[in-house]
Amino acid sequence: MSKGPTPSDVASVYLQHGPYGQRHDPHGHGYAEARGHGAGGPAPKRVIVGYGFWIFLLSDIVMFSAFFAAYAVLVHQTAGGPTGKQLFDMKRVGLETAFLLASSFTCGLGYVAAAMRKQIQTQFWMLVTGLLGLAFVILEVTEFYEMIQHGAGPSRSAFLSAFFALVGCHGLHVSVGGLWLGTMMAQIWFKGFRPEIMRRLLCFNLFWHALDIIWVALFTIVYLLGAGA
Amino acid sequence: MSGHDEHWNEHDDAAPGDEHAGGSGWSAIQVYLLGLLLAVGLTVASFWVAGANVVWGPGIPAALLALAVAQIGVHLVFFLHITSGPENTNNTLALAFGVLVVLLVVIGSVWIMAHMMHNMMPMPMDKLMQMQR
Repeated sequence: MSKGPTPSDVASVYLQHGPYGQRHDPHGHGYAEARGHGAGGPAPKRVIVGYGFWIFLLSDIVMFSAFFAAYAVLVHQTAGGPTGKQLFDMKRVGLETAFLLASSFTCGLGYVAAAMRKQIQTQFWMLVTGLLGLAFVILEVTEFYEMIQHGAGPSRSAFLSAFFALVGCHGLHVSVGGLWLGTMMAQIWFKGFRPEIMRRLLCFNLFWHALDIIWVALFTIVYLLGAGA
Repeated sequence: MSGHDEHWNEHDDAAPGDEHAGGSGWSAIQVYLLGLLLAVGLTVASFWVAGANVVWGPGIPAALLALAVAQIGVHLVFFLHITSGPENTNNTLALAFGVLVVLLVVIGSVWIMAHMMHNMMPMPMDKLMQMQR
């Protein structure tokens, strides 16, 4: 690929055609060769919004890493209480994993349907995504409830405090994501596939897929390593 | 994939989550299907390795971590459409920085706390090991 425009190229285009290139174009499409080199004007809003949300997601993952670090440090500090091996029900964890992975997939299908502007298909796949997410949250709440019933609540030991903080934080993210999903369904239904709605849908998809990525780390480090070793 | 503005150019940046190659409909669904297939395979492998005696005992944590990293990679590529292409440079660099911070926080904490335990516990080692069980 070429090296891109030299400063004098940019200057001559600017003088002849104004700051946005050949056509005056608020999204900076006029001088596409220069995109990313600071001379082609701002990137399309979709890219800016998506990138900003990507940065948020990465900082959210950094926050989760602090919970993971706390859990890794405290995992053996059971204060004579139950260990993960005694508490974890691997069948339920497998089911939770299946629900969340399936919901990540149906979320993607909904996104493809939205890109093709198919209202009913979009609503259907988003509804399936929401129901799978709800099933996941219900399973997790049941697990927490049973653990607390058996005297293994967050105040029992440092291990359980770290466990409830980490897993609970992820569950809270899924619950909030579910509320966002419902809002998006309503907005798509009543407002249609307008550009700003599509941008929000892009952000929601990123959020939902990121939750599944965190769950992969979570079921491996907390449940599989906890139940085995 | 979707919602690209009218003058789409192959040199432009791609938003994270957008498939740059521009496939839509069935070809986009195929990407998700392939990702689902790989993710299911890796998940089943993880639970199998943890549950059955297929891997040498002390090697199980390493095997599980490797499977988790592989699955996170599958999610990033097939669900989030992060690629190594020039349109994804910004997304990949931000991701790399995020991974760096995550590794610093997690490995740093575990490392420092392990040394603290080793140096500061006024207790014989065998009793300490007992406590950790």
